[in-house]
Amino acid sequence: MIKVENLVKNFGPKIAVNDVSFNVERGEVLGFLGPNGAGKSTTMRMVTGFIPPTAGRISVGGYDMLANPIPAKRLIGYLPENAPSYADMTVHGFLNFAAEMRAIDGDARKRAVNRAVEMCMLENVLYQTIDTLSKGYRHRTCLAQSIIHDPDILVMDEPTDGLDPNQKHEVRNLIKRMGANKAIIFSTHILEEVDAACSRVIIIDRGKIVANGTPDELRRRSHRAGAVAVVVSGVSAAQLSEALAAIDLVAKVETLSETPAQAIVRAHPQTPEQKPALVRAVLDLIAQQQWRIEDLRTEEGHFDEVFRSITLPDTMKEARP
Amino acid sequence: MSRGGVMTIVKRELAGYFVSPVAYVFLVIFLLLTGFFTFTVGNFFERGEASLVSFFTWHPWLYLFLVPAVGMRLWSEERRLGTMELLLTLPIATWQAILGKFLASWIFLAIALALTFPVIITVNWLGDPDNGVIASGYVGSVLLAGSYLAVSCMTSAMTRNQVISFILSVLILLFLILCGYNPVTDLLSRWASPQVVQIVAAFSVMTHFEAFQRGILDSRDVVFFASVIGFALFTTGVIIRGLRAG
Repeated sequence: MIKVENLVKNFGPKIAVNDVSFNVERGEVLGFLGPNGAGKSTTMRMVTGFIPPTAGRISVGGYDMLANPIPAKRLIGYLPENAPSYADMTVHGFLNFAAEMRAIDGDARKRAVNRAVEMCMLENVLYQTIDTLSKGYRHRTCLAQSIIHDPDILVMDEPTDGLDPNQKHEVRNLIKRMGANKAIIFSTHILEEVDAACSRVIIIDRGKIVANGTPDELRRRSHRAGAVAVVVSGVSAAQLSEALAAIDLVAKVETLSETPAQAIVRAHPQTPEQKPALVRAVLDLIAQQQWRIEDLRTEEGHFDEVFRSITLPDTMKEARP
Repeated sequence: MSRGGVMTIVKRELAGYFVSPVAYVFLVIFLLLTGFFTFTVGNFFERGEASLVSFFTWHPWLYLFLVPAVGMRLWSEERRLGTMELLLTLPIATWQAILGKFLASWIFLAIALALTFPVIITVNWLGDPDNGVIASGYVGSVLLAGSYLAVSCMTSAMTRNQVISFILSVLILLFLILCGYNPVTDLLSRWASPQVVQIVAAFSVMTHFEAFQRGILDSRDVVFFASVIGFALFTTGVIIRGLRAG
């Protein structure tokens, strides 16, 4: 549905987006991750036709965004950053305006407005002017505007920004639900959100795509991915470490904590895929030695760690312990 | 669809005027000022003639401040609030958005002008004026307001600060007035050839508005105001395209 090829955007001498290419198909939810100023918003503004690219091609539902913007824009619902809306209008008036601009008329408009109001839970504030609303409601009003025409494509710039945890949860579920039959791009810097809603992730840093894959694939790039931590009593950490290190699969052993009563040690496998084998081997070892196991935790890998290792400037990586 | 987009924007903008008290304050100030200029400064009664000359004469000066007050927020507000991003990613062309916003404000100004109708009643009650001249004066005044508004629309696209937009617009309009204002043209004719003075004066709204006041509906004057509107709106489009291109 969305096809972006070699997109470049320069603001004067500054390169905001540098050779970005990606595709999003129906049924996909693409999470756009990156530090502030990485070029996420700029990319989304180009995809939605707000700003023209310096170079590159954008095709939306088969229409070229530069040559044929109006049919392309018809397919897109867009939630811009900070969720702007006309503050002097009521929620109802604003959504009606959005529907009318999308050429939805008569009964269909009434239905479209009701549907968007219901999906974004705006019933209580329907006839209030937008400037009297809390940030969460304002945000959801703009979100409602973006889905008013039940678009095939949704582009959302930080859709959960400024919402409380419950609202965040609702919006994530909404995105996930809609993702089943739409092509969705959304940006965020909340990493759990990626897990909660995305089928694919692109990490963008200083204008370039630095990672592109499913959340699982990216998580496996974490150095902790597949590690097994065990809590064992009645044995010293040194003894435990030594025994774990002797297992073939183990690449590295870390002592996490040690008290006279128990030791906590983490073993890293050579590759994340070896996790099940490693769990079996560790359990076998403990059974064989007749130690008492208190707890066993496996690590899927941490997004924030992957994110930091990919997007931190090299100089800062070295500075980290 | 294309006309629908413009009309939808016109409706939204126009409704926007009347939900805020600012519109009513504007209308009241406009009517008070036109009354003050017509009757007190313009010596409506002392003139002893059944015409609205003292009413229309002041419009170029009155509009100099009142029209930018209406037009200053047109695009600067959209830019400041970020709604421009919303508006221009809707399936409409940029010119439709520009035209829609312009037309809404123009209609608002026309409503303000229409509310001066008691002055027509007054002059008809007191004497026997040429209502054709009055009608032509109103047409001229609407066109004058439209061209001022188009200039304000242009300056409002240049900045997200309404005050700057207002001042820029007043400066440009002042120039458009003064280059045809008699004291200025007299001064100019002392050292420039009459042709030059004529060319400069031809750029002024004053020379073109005067004809309407005298009841002369000349197509050249209509074309002049239409081209000021066209040029200013086109420039607004260029400015907005520049903003988006970054």
